[in-house]
Amino acid sequence: MSVALVPSLSFMREVQARSGQPVSLCYQCKKCSSGCPLGFAMDLLPHEIIRLIQLGARDRVFAANSLWVCTGCKTCQARCPNEIDAGRVMDSLREMALRAGAGPTAPKGRDANVKTFHESFLSTIRLFGRSYDLGMIALYLGRSRAVSEHLGLGLNMVRKGKLKYLPERIRRMGEIRKIFAKAREKR
Amino acid sequence: MKKLTFYPGCSLHSTAVEYDESTRAVFETLGYTLEELADWNCCGASSAHATDHYLSLALPVRNLVLAEKEGVGEVATACAACYNALRKADHAVRTGAPEAVEANESMVEVMGRKYGGGVKVVSTLELLSRPETLAAVKQKAVQPLRGLKVAPYYGCLLTRPAEAVAFEDPEQPTSLDRVLEAAGAEVVRWSWKTECCGASLALSRPELLKELARRIIVAAREAGAQAIATACPMCHANLDYRQSEIPELKDNPVPVYFMTELLGLAFGLKKAPAWVGRHLTESRSAVRAFLPAGKAGSA
Repeated sequence: MSVALVPSLSFMREVQARSGQPVSLCYQCKKCSSGCPLGFAMDLLPHEIIRLIQLGARDRVFAANSLWVCTGCKTCQARCPNEIDAGRVMDSLREMALRAGAGPTAPKGRDANVKTFHESFLSTIRLFGRSYDLGMIALYLGRSRAVSEHLGLGLNMVRKGKLKYLPERIRRMGEIRKIFAKAREKR
Repeated sequence: MKKLTFYPGCSLHSTAVEYDESTRAVFETLGYTLEELADWNCCGASSAHATDHYLSLALPVRNLVLAEKEGVGEVATACAACYNALRKADHAVRTGAPEAVEANESMVEVMGRKYGGGVKVVSTLELLSRPETLAAVKQKAVQPLRGLKVAPYYGCLLTRPAEAVAFEDPEQPTSLDRVLEAAGAEVVRWSWKTECCGASLALSRPELLKELARRIIVAAREAGAQAIATACPMCHANLDYRQSEIPELKDNPVPVYFMTELLGLAFGLKKAPAWVGRHLTESRSAVRAFLPAGKAGSA
């Protein structure tokens, strides 16, 4: 915390509006961070992210890997005495970063793989209405090039018949296409 | 036979076929027939809620509309992730959360009708843990799992957020404990029941996933468990798939079973060995005493 901050409320208001979470109520009890299973891998712990949002430190928040490492397990939500769902706040930050596209808020390095995974997963739902593991894995590995760390697992899954070769496609795909079109409109 | 409308979800049709088959077989033994919800779609899982709030509502709501249109009052699902997504969307619509109301309105354009809030989504774990079902489990357990020490693992999605999904104490759930005990197993006490396994990071951050899995599996072993039981295909994948890549577990793995596989063994179902044979971590030896073939061999 060596860089001087000029407190501003606009960022907190934006996050509160998007997430529906009363971020301003946080009084730093740190129960969220104490229970966070991914805390060991985060640049900033959940209570620190919340505090920096209160202070309007937008760049510091988006520079941290925390929003890409959070799994949405909701342990923080379950324990917050002020009923702030920090996991939902992380979801909203991620949405904001993705909507902003390339630029300072875009995930870098390993964090970008998280984005690539979610995009690959949702692509197969857009195409078939159901997820299609083999297609999702192919898309993900093609984009992330992270083949080596999954090769052994992939072969074991094929050996055990865990990966179906063909996708399942639902009948009324038009409805799924409309849902994805609406999602795009809302961005 | 009582009819139960079933939402299997994508995992039960692909990576977790053994969970699908064992769920159907166990419920059939208990007097239910499972009928799949027609033309169901993916609930969106963690990828929708992690990146697009509208999709995380609209994808599950389509399934709720389908069920409501068919006049189904209760939809059962065995996948904790699907259960979580369907319940959260249902809860958001019924409590009038603004984005959920908006997403629900949009369904009129998508499929000609919106969701009226008339469907109850239940997890198969909740169904199994009801007193009358537990009594039936005890009665059908011709081969009780005596001496098998199991750590009941619930994960996140069946317990949180509590106001939308929990059907019992979210910090200290006991439903799976009771189901396993009804099948004759010995349940160990441990404090990792509801820790996160890292599901949504499975492909993108495998090194983090392995650390989360390692902690949970080691804690189960230290509590004296010979096996872990789960009711979630994500938890199963994350705990089962990569034990050979975790130095501490490589030579001394802990098998992870779907709860219905263990019930299938207790019920003496013939297909149970094939189910546990599909796991990536060797899972037959821990339950050898209860496998139909093992029994024949020792006789």
